[in-house]
Amino acid sequence: MSDLVISLDTVGRDDVALVGGKGASLGEMVRLGLPVPPGYVVTTTAFREVLAEIDAERRFTATIAGVDPQDHRGVEMATAPLREAITTRPLPPAIEAGLLEHYRRLDGDHTPRPVAVRSSATGEDAADASFAGLQDTHLWVRDETSLVDCLRACWASLFSVEAVCYRLQRHIAEEDAAMAVVVQQMVEARSSGVMFTRSPSTGDRSVVAIESAWGLGSAIVGGEVTPDSFTLSKVTGEVVRRRISDKLRRHVPDRVGGGVLDEEVPPDLRAVPSVSDEELARLLSLARTLEAHYGRAQDVEWAVAADPASGDGLYLLQSRPETAWAKQSAEPIAAPKARAFDHVIEAMGRA
Amino acid sequence: MSEHRAPFPLPSEIADAPGAEQWASMYAPFSRFQPEDDAKFWFYNATHYPEPVPAFDGLSAEVAYSAIGANTARIFVFPATLGIEYRIVNGRVYLAANPVTDPAEIGRRLEIFQRRAGYYYEHWDRLYAEWKQRMQAVIDELEAIEVPELGEFDEEEVVTSGRGFATNHLVRERYHRVIDLYSIVWNHHIEFVMLAFGAYVVFSEFVTAAFPEIPEQTVARMVAGIDVIMYRPDEELKRLARLAVELGVDDLLTDDSEPTTVFAQVAERGDAGTAWLAEWEKSSIPWFHVSTGDGMYHHHRSWRDDPRVPLAGLSRYVERVRAGEDLRRPTERLKEEREEVANRYRALLSSDQERAAFDQMLGLCRTTFPYIEEHKFFCEHWFVTQFFAKIREFGKLLVRFGVLEDAEDVFQLQHHEVEQQLANVMLAWAAGSAPVGTDAVKALVAERKAMLEVLATWPAPPALGPVPEALNDPAVKLLWGITSDTIRTWVEAADSSSAQVQGLAASPGVVEGVARVLMSVNEIDQIEGGEILVCPVTSPSWGPVFGKIKAAVSDSGGMMSHAAIVAREYGMPAVVGTGSATRRIKTGDRLRVDGDRGLVVILS
Repeated sequence: MSDLVISLDTVGRDDVALVGGKGASLGEMVRLGLPVPPGYVVTTTAFREVLAEIDAERRFTATIAGVDPQDHRGVEMATAPLREAITTRPLPPAIEAGLLEHYRRLDGDHTPRPVAVRSSATGEDAADASFAGLQDTHLWVRDETSLVDCLRACWASLFSVEAVCYRLQRHIAEEDAAMAVVVQQMVEARSSGVMFTRSPSTGDRSVVAIESAWGLGSAIVGGEVTPDSFTLSKVTGEVVRRRISDKLRRHVPDRVGGGVLDEEVPPDLRAVPSVSDEELARLLSLARTLEAHYGRAQDVEWAVAADPASGDGLYLLQSRPETAWAKQSAEPIAAPKARAFDHVIEAMGRA
Repeated sequence: MSEHRAPFPLPSEIADAPGAEQWASMYAPFSRFQPEDDAKFWFYNATHYPEPVPAFDGLSAEVAYSAIGANTARIFVFPATLGIEYRIVNGRVYLAANPVTDPAEIGRRLEIFQRRAGYYYEHWDRLYAEWKQRMQAVIDELEAIEVPELGEFDEEEVVTSGRGFATNHLVRERYHRVIDLYSIVWNHHIEFVMLAFGAYVVFSEFVTAAFPEIPEQTVARMVAGIDVIMYRPDEELKRLARLAVELGVDDLLTDDSEPTTVFAQVAERGDAGTAWLAEWEKSSIPWFHVSTGDGMYHHHRSWRDDPRVPLAGLSRYVERVRAGEDLRRPTERLKEEREEVANRYRALLSSDQERAAFDQMLGLCRTTFPYIEEHKFFCEHWFVTQFFAKIREFGKLLVRFGVLEDAEDVFQLQHHEVEQQLANVMLAWAAGSAPVGTDAVKALVAERKAMLEVLATWPAPPALGPVPEALNDPAVKLLWGITSDTIRTWVEAADSSSAQVQGLAASPGVVEGVARVLMSVNEIDQIEGGEILVCPVTSPSWGPVFGKIKAAVSDSGGMMSHAAIVAREYGMPAVVGTGSATRRIKTGDRLRVDGDRGLVVILS
């Protein structure tokens, strides 16, 4: 068996070069025994093989490395032919065979259930840069042809205008960029959300911030719905802030064509909390586990299955290092003084 | 900055509440607003005076602010504040701070302050133990004061002891003493309060800087005492509930009967009833001297004076005892929880330096906070309810001599007017005549009662006068929790006509700039560098423009949408989830985007 397509439960956090940031993090969570939908990864080895065929002389990549990231039209012109080539070229037989074998095997003897096809770039989700939303995800993919198309689209998204600008602005070398693609069994989500293991607005490390809305998580990360938001104290476990929003839209699977539909939330559901207090408590516990394991704040995506096959139906879809607050150096807020009351004397002496 | 219309009226612009034009007759002349007061910023002390102040109760403001300012300005010499000034308008108490702002002057005061405050902090336990004894002595003295009966003839003893003065003299002397003790208690009340609040606020600000989203209750929970005496009245009720069930008198303790009926029925239950009543009496002194209010108004009675409140609580506790509940507070567990919470926050701090500072500040708070929790029982509850009860007894004397119709009416007179009417009684008793001018007194009482009802409906503005650049008076902050931020909130509420859009604070920072409203990503080319992007949804595809805009505002989206994450990465203010930004803002509008508070103000 080659390392072109490998199962998620065989990889871990040290395998970023092979399976990308997302793949490595999902594999690590499987190892930790956390609830992750089963899946596999088309590795960067496969990606490099394809890219080597298309860009044998490295003409495309050299052109891209030379453009001005402020010149969006220039970036577009430099990247479009490469994307075109990646999305149209037939898959090498070894990769296709590996992909389809895993696809068919994922669900045992049954007809394969819908899958999510998710980009997993090597630089993505690094500790110092989020690449938030720059690469493709395809949800509710239901047949082998679509699966292959989505795989190639994910590869191509490494060369989207946004992704290339982002790398150029941050001086990330083009040859360091590679794309693995994760394929996972799709969670048909009743509710989905995002969770930061520190406050995204203040950096507070004593709280977990959770956002939640109806349906699939793509509506939240895309900003198309204003989600319910909750702040939980890691110390006391209490929900210290709770804001239930009017959730007007949700993303649901397109059962006819595949993919995702954006639809109105039925009026009687809009103002109803999209997550229960028990689920919040469970998320808080998962947040503690993840943060303790990685030793740093995490940015987590999660979903609750509409019809849980077993357990509470809660799944983790991603965990990556939080980037914005991590970059800020923490000056000590206070230092001990000769006498305890000197803290008060000093504060009162300020104008 | 754009020009601000004055959000609050000036003191001189406040008209007398219609129907209560004579309100000023109820209060001391020095509590009235003066023309020069228009230059100052005043805030309504809704914390302590949520309702119009009856004439007698105005003394509480006079005595309290005399004590507070003396403590901060003259005794401890707080560096950055003198005292508090108060004024009354339409029955409401307004306050102004007198901060010290000259750095040289602050430095001069600091030198004295650190010596004096340091002495109290260093000897806190001893001084606080002595304080309790002093308070107890003052309360004992107050309770021992008898309002003279003024019978037909003075006692024989006046002659045989060679006292040489008649009992009517004692009416005024004892009235003076009651008033003087009230002043002493307010001095003792403030004695430790500023220092204890200071320690708490310093700890709270440190913890809040480290953990900006910690609820204030959780900060307090790390500091709070477990066995403090303010829990005691309630604990006594629980004890009496258990005892009632044990003795079999619990069926009589119902919520809906009058206290006198309840006590009479219990008394008829033989030994069990007598035993329970003896225990009630034992609990009630001192614990049922707890006030049903906050101690600033005469009508806040103690449980002992008005047992309806404790009896209502008692009947609920009886039900829970019957249901088999153990009502005792689990003090050991509460102590452990308190330690656990403190230890967890301590562990989350980022350095050992911070942990050492945390230990110092928390330690100081745990020494000083019991005062914050306990002083109220001695001052506002026990002493003050007894003080007003004593004044009520003077009221009874005035009723007996026909000056008032009801002892309660004594509180419709200012304290010096009460003294005047006591002199009226003293003269009448001496002359063998009737007090003079009692109809006028009764008419005044009636007028003032009617005015108080009118004044209760007057909508008191939260503040008066010009908004200060900054309000950082430590006394105002420590005692009322009012800072520049509070005032900003009031201004916004008062100034609701100003166009603003509220959303979620997705990425911190405040900037001003020109709006560019884009309804779709296809219009992205229109945006100019330095503009503020206003759009329905900030999807990831907007990413490339984030390098050149100043701020982003969206109709939908949460804190963790990609747009919010990227805005934070670029260090650019963003407000998301406004619901209506693209409808209310036009391209070209000048905006202020406040990413700290999730607010977008349309400036022009």
